[in-house]
Amino acid sequence: MFSDRSWPVRLGGRGPREGGPILTADRTGRASEESVGRVAIRGVTKRFADVTAVDDLTLEVADEEFLVLLGPSGCGKSTALRMIAGLEEPTAGSIEIGERPVNDVEAKDRDVAMVFQSYALYPHMTVRRNIEFPLKSRRVPADERNRLVEEATKMLGLEALLERKPAQLSGGQRQRVALARAIVRRPQAFLMDEPLSNLDAKLRVQTRAELIELRRRLGATIVYVTHDQVEAMTMGDRIAVLDQGVLQQVDVPQDVYARPANLFVARFIGNPPMNTVDGEMVSSNGTTGVQIRGGVIPLPPPLATAAGRGDRREVVLGVRPEHLVLGSEGPISATVSVVESLGHEQHVICRLEDGQLVIVRQPSSVTPPAIESAVRMTADAPHLHLFDSATEERVDA
Amino acid sequence: MSTPVDAAVDLRAGEPAAAAPPSRRRRFSSGVREAGLAYVLLVPAFLVFSVFVFYPFLRNFYLGFFSTPPFPGQPKHYVGIDQYRDVLSSTDFLDSLKVTITFAIITVPIGIALGILLAVLAHQKLQGIGIYRTFFSSTVATSVAVASVIFGTLLSPQVGLLQGIQTEPSILQNPDPIININLPVIRSFIPSVALVAVAVTTIWQNLGLSFILMSAGLQAVPDDLQEAAEIDGAGPWSRFWHVTLPLLSPTIFFAFVVGSIFAFQTFGQIDLLTPRGGPLKTTNVLTYYIYDQLQFAKNDGVAAVLAIALFGVTLILTLIQFRFLERRVSYER
Repeated sequence: MFSDRSWPVRLGGRGPREGGPILTADRTGRASEESVGRVAIRGVTKRFADVTAVDDLTLEVADEEFLVLLGPSGCGKSTALRMIAGLEEPTAGSIEIGERPVNDVEAKDRDVAMVFQSYALYPHMTVRRNIEFPLKSRRVPADERNRLVEEATKMLGLEALLERKPAQLSGGQRQRVALARAIVRRPQAFLMDEPLSNLDAKLRVQTRAELIELRRRLGATIVYVTHDQVEAMTMGDRIAVLDQGVLQQVDVPQDVYARPANLFVARFIGNPPMNTVDGEMVSSNGTTGVQIRGGVIPLPPPLATAAGRGDRREVVLGVRPEHLVLGSEGPISATVSVVESLGHEQHVICRLEDGQLVIVRQPSSVTPPAIESAVRMTADAPHLHLFDSATEERVDA
Repeated sequence: MSTPVDAAVDLRAGEPAAAAPPSRRRRFSSGVREAGLAYVLLVPAFLVFSVFVFYPFLRNFYLGFFSTPPFPGQPKHYVGIDQYRDVLSSTDFLDSLKVTITFAIITVPIGIALGILLAVLAHQKLQGIGIYRTFFSSTVATSVAVASVIFGTLLSPQVGLLQGIQTEPSILQNPDPIININLPVIRSFIPSVALVAVAVTTIWQNLGLSFILMSAGLQAVPDDLQEAAEIDGAGPWSRFWHVTLPLLSPTIFFAFVVGSIFAFQTFGQIDLLTPRGGPLKTTNVLTYYIYDQLQFAKNDGVAAVLAIALFGVTLILTLIQFRFLERRVSYER
């Protein structure tokens, strides 16, 4: 879909998350040595009447980093993005883009580009006029403008659509026009607000891959808002998980998955979600474990040590569906409730003695157990997660 | 590929129904029956329009062929198209037409521009903005008579609040052109002080409707387009010019066409503020001229011709607007 032409935004391009200053240059020959695309949010709070949409958010996005703001709807991620864009004013806190505090800078002067969920294409303008609008607004000379439009257009494969109007385009084409309009003027940072959520499932997967490729070629700073954990896991250099306006965890995708900071993150990331079971800490014969209805699950030494600090009793034990193994032996007894076959894998949903449901994920090559049969299961000890019942925080954080 | 012969064989092979008793064929296709039903349903509307619009229109057209006698009781006589020719080429008619066009040129664009201005001002998320919206739309609830009395009082030379800016004769009696330009063609379209006063009254009275229309149009412009333009580097004026106005263009076009038709039919405030066509007939718009011919001159033949002329002028104007303005309207959403 994208042409092979390289995108000469920055000389001395490099991969994301490498340190040191970089040489930047735009096509007009202006070159500077600075961390152009850095976005820093410091203690930012946004209150609407009596609702706190974003609560004391501190977050730093490195130059050329792809940061995903992830959370359920209403968690404040879009509000955070809109504050970076300058469309909302923070109630408290400061925002910097590059090295410049932008709290008092209007949206039009912030040098960021935004891709909206609705694409927000100007319906009365052709694709060409849509893409060149940001350049015209900044009084870029016509010949320069034409070249930039041509480059952006080629990059997104829109050459044949330039004279059409948005109403004559498909959803995927509109999405690419919105992207072209964002990249055409090479801003310091790209802000994307759920740009894939209006596409159908198949196109979403394809466009996701295209975005990853585009991003690699642009080498740009991107703040990307989504509620879709697959997008977050596949695209982000780091993921910032938000819930009710509060930052829950910022980490590389693998760590967010493997070491969720609290119960919210543990339950939000992963599909099917992590199994979480209430239990009590027990100790006998020098081994520490968690007593749940249906058995005692022994904890591996590092987790046991961490859990042993303080006089904690009530805990929540978490284990991902792929880290449970069904068999005739094991510390936990359960009854098979439902078997869902997905073709490449199957989900066996089991009921513990106290009625809690637990999902076990196994390859479809394994013969599924009979419904209502009694099974026993073993949890993969290194992959156990333990959370404090009261604080819901990870015990071995 | 099948040859025609093959196709024929296929047809025969696939036709066992030929042996079965022929089903009763429907007499009409569904399309014809639907069209028939549509016409039946249109009949009541057609009857009403016939009685109250089509027949009077044709009758009026016919009436224009007869010259009205100078004294009542004498028989009318047929003069045919001559009366149309005489009336439509008369100075009185052309003057009246100029006054009417001038009146429309003043009231329609200014009314729409002010409506847009107020709508943009009121399209803010501010506390108490609802009060302003109510103020701005309130003139919708005033009748022409009330508006005329308000402005008649304001402009009255004896008690008017505006008498300070006023010279003799009173504004509503002043036939002088509002500005003096010595270009023959333009000069005849320069409105009199009295016509401007009536136009101001009209603009004021129509402002509420204009405001409501433009506000509704603005509501339909998605916020994220404004936001996108803001991030794209457009300042407030550029956003208004490149985003708001084009998206408002269908509403503006509608207001322009309907407003022009209304302007050509203005009567109440003309009659109430400047009776008998105003000073030196400088507010003698076509509707008033028709009324004058009918009511005072008792010349229904001439009035009929004038009415047909008003219809024709309005029709031509609307066609011109569709032809030349609509291409600038963007309906895309």
